[in-house]
Amino acid sequence: MINFFLNEENVQIDCDPSFRLLDILRDKFQLMGPKEGCGEGECGACAVIIDGKLINSCLVAMGSLNNSKVITIEGYSKTDRYKVLERTFAEAGAVQCGFCTPGMIMAAEALLSVNANPTVEDIREAISGNLCRCTGYNMIINAIKLAAEQGVGLW
Amino acid sequence: MHKISQPVIKKDHIEKMSGDAKYIADIKIDDILHAKILRSTKAHARIVEIKIPKLEDGYYIVDYKDIPGENVLKVVTSEQPIFAEEEVNFIGEAILLVAGKDEARVQEIIHSIEVVYEEEKAIYTLEDATEFTSEYGYKKGEAEKAFEHAAKVIEETFDTGYQEQAYIEPQGVIGYLQDNKVTILGSMQCPYYVKAAVVQVMGYEENQVQIIQTTTGGGFGGKEDYPSMLGCQVAIATAKIKKPIRLILNRREDMAVTPKRHPAHLVYRAALDKENNIIGMDVEIKLDGGAYAGLSSVVLQRSLITATGVYLIPNIKIHGKVMTTNTVPNGAFRGFGAPQSLFAIETFMVHLANKIGLTPLEFKEKYLYKQGDITATSGKLQFPVKLPEMLHNIEDMSLYKRKKEQYTNQSGRYRKGIGMAFFLHGCGFTGSAERDLIKSVVKLVKHEDNTLEILSSNTDIGQGLKTTLCKVVAEVLEIPLSQVKFINPDTDRVPNSGPTVASRSLMIVGKLLERAAKRLRDNWILNKYQVIEEHYKQPYMIPWDSNTFSGDAYPTYSWGINVVEVEVDTMLATTNLLGVWGVYDVGTVIDQTIMKGQMEGGMLQGLGYASMEKMENLEGVIRQASITDYTIPTAKDTIPFETACIDNPYEDGPFGAKGAGELTILGTAPAYIEAVEQAVGIGINCIPLTPEKLLKLEKGGFQL
Ligand code: FES
Ligand code: FES
Repeated sequence: MINFFLNEENVQIDCDPSFRLLDILRDKFQLMGPKEGCGEGECGACAVIIDGKLINSCLVAMGSLNNSKVITIEGYSKTDRYKVLERTFAEAGAVQCGFCTPGMIMAAEALLSVNANPTVEDIREAISGNLCRCTGYNMIINAIKLAAEQGVGLW
Repeated sequence: MHKISQPVIKKDHIEKMSGDAKYIADIKIDDILHAKILRSTKAHARIVEIKIPKLEDGYYIVDYKDIPGENVLKVVTSEQPIFAEEEVNFIGEAILLVAGKDEARVQEIIHSIEVVYEEEKAIYTLEDATEFTSEYGYKKGEAEKAFEHAAKVIEETFDTGYQEQAYIEPQGVIGYLQDNKVTILGSMQCPYYVKAAVVQVMGYEENQVQIIQTTTGGGFGGKEDYPSMLGCQVAIATAKIKKPIRLILNRREDMAVTPKRHPAHLVYRAALDKENNIIGMDVEIKLDGGAYAGLSSVVLQRSLITATGVYLIPNIKIHGKVMTTNTVPNGAFRGFGAPQSLFAIETFMVHLANKIGLTPLEFKEKYLYKQGDITATSGKLQFPVKLPEMLHNIEDMSLYKRKKEQYTNQSGRYRKGIGMAFFLHGCGFTGSAERDLIKSVVKLVKHEDNTLEILSSNTDIGQGLKTTLCKVVAEVLEIPLSQVKFINPDTDRVPNSGPTVASRSLMIVGKLLERAAKRLRDNWILNKYQVIEEHYKQPYMIPWDSNTFSGDAYPTYSWGINVVEVEVDTMLATTNLLGVWGVYDVGTVIDQTIMKGQMEGGMLQGLGYASMEKMENLEGVIRQASITDYTIPTAKDTIPFETACIDNPYEDGPFGAKGAGELTILGTAPAYIEAVEQAVGIGINCIPLTPEKLLKLEKGGFQL
């Protein structure tokens, strides 16, 4: 039995420890926010936050999760921090097809939670594992920068 | 600024942010079966035998024998089989489908099937190819005479590589049966294309096929024709097995088998008179179409029409072919044949300028199109061409001229360079295809609660169409944007307003909606259900003759100029961007933020095309069939861009809007190459220019 915290709720699941977290999130918990873009740890569409760190869930084996705290966009979207990102992503035009977006939001949170006042270079670095084919990134970078400015005190 | 250009929160912003938007892989249906495709491992072979192990209950094989209608994919013409019968023509061609409850088990079954082939001679490269699927040519003036009388003839060849769309959402569809009807849901650009293909393959009546677009995670042309293939495969399987079926490609499969940008070989010849004026140009273009024609003929048409770029050349002769190779069929990708030609013409013009001792800009400026000029295809530029104003703007932003001069004769390891490219994009379909083939219809519905709904088959694939179309309607009626909705098209509900391709959706379909909204405004009856239908009407054009390629090739053009500045480490042959600028004319901008997104995204794709996106096929195998091996730009590969749009309303677009999506990818590749050339002092005639390639050229390339 694998025990972990999913969006702040304690959950248990009985599954093969080699199963991918991404599949468990999507198939067992019906959390469709994390997306499969490559399945090889290269695109970041499946990114979630595990114990405060940005991790590609397609590379995480369930067996490695014991007692970890996993946050997906579904949980995160209930927070005040998310509300700021929701606003600044709109303002900066950071969402086109949206397929990379949940992963990008996770990357933004993982950055802002340790660096509430990032430079543009910090942001570039923080989202460099998340591919976006639509936006060219600069508008996403602006959105995260704006969130840091508008969300003073939240991170 | 026009009022409509004010940015708004996009219609689908909230659901995409929160992860609630449902992409195809997010749709769960009870008892759905997973399907996978068994694909050819040979580039050209006869299938002698297929050895299928005995399958347990609940697992199924579907192949060409299960096709009730015609075993052929409807694209421009119909020639590619849905499932191979006796022969295969490329590695990755579909042979059969396996479906069953457990995905891993389906994969095992695929692996356990043995196909016995008898191999035949295969052709892998443009160089070796002799057969072709299409050929076109056209002339203006008297090119032969110009070459006879030339003081000098300069010839160069250019090569461009594959480019993979690399939408982040892989392709996929789901199909199910209901009351004698098959329904296909999927990630797609063109629901009615999928419908027509499924109707033909199934031999069904129109009303027995329903196609519904799901939220689509990027397309860039890659989801123009291939969803028809997946839709057909699943329709056949669903009809046979009578259960819902899901076919979603994994990334490697998607990259290996779906259509890409055509590799091209282009030969340019210029005839110069004694004063070094261009008096004639002769262009020969070969595109690698892969194993089946698909959309290639139409792609070639655009390559040829765009061959002389934004320049008025008095005498031209243009000719090209789509060659057949035993490789994955190529197809649509943003720009659709134009990026190859524009890279070549822009680079050729720079090289000509260098040879005759003018700066590239001085030379190009002599030939820039003006309003009233006769186009390459003997059409006429009816509308204002604002290239001088755009040039002025981009010069202010980038200081191109000063830097161009400053960066001559550098030495040392790190050297800088700057390049500028001009380009145009013919908006919409070629000639009178809108009127004769597409015949768009839209409906604008007013519900009893006075909210409006747009019924159109066009798709929002990230470019913001849901928002821009709704803005057009809301603006005409002077009602809040929230009062107008546009949901993902379902062919049972929406009329055929044509495909989402060719930068046509906002310009053409938006115009129909603008007209519909005006009619509704004039006939508005409170609290009553009303439906307004509008049909396409062709604006004035010089009639297009598709045999001679003469007349107005497009109803209008969008225009652009890009500047790229770089620094090259000549020892490692690595290149850093120092500046990227773009000025565009897309008529009226319907939403500034959405347009900025098109510019930013398109320009970076163009830079990827020029520099890092390398894909090759080695004896028919795509060598870079993963995101690990095929690198697209990351956030660390780019820098802030500076962009602007000039205002140039077009009377036949909604509020003056023209096509925008494809235009933005066209200029950064040639501008980048000119910049690198200046830095290293070596002529470059191919893209992508990877550091490895540049190192080689530094050793053996031609001096500028
Ligand atoms: S799906 Fe996990 S990184 Fe791409
Ligand atoms: S918005 Fe489409 S991949 Fe990022």
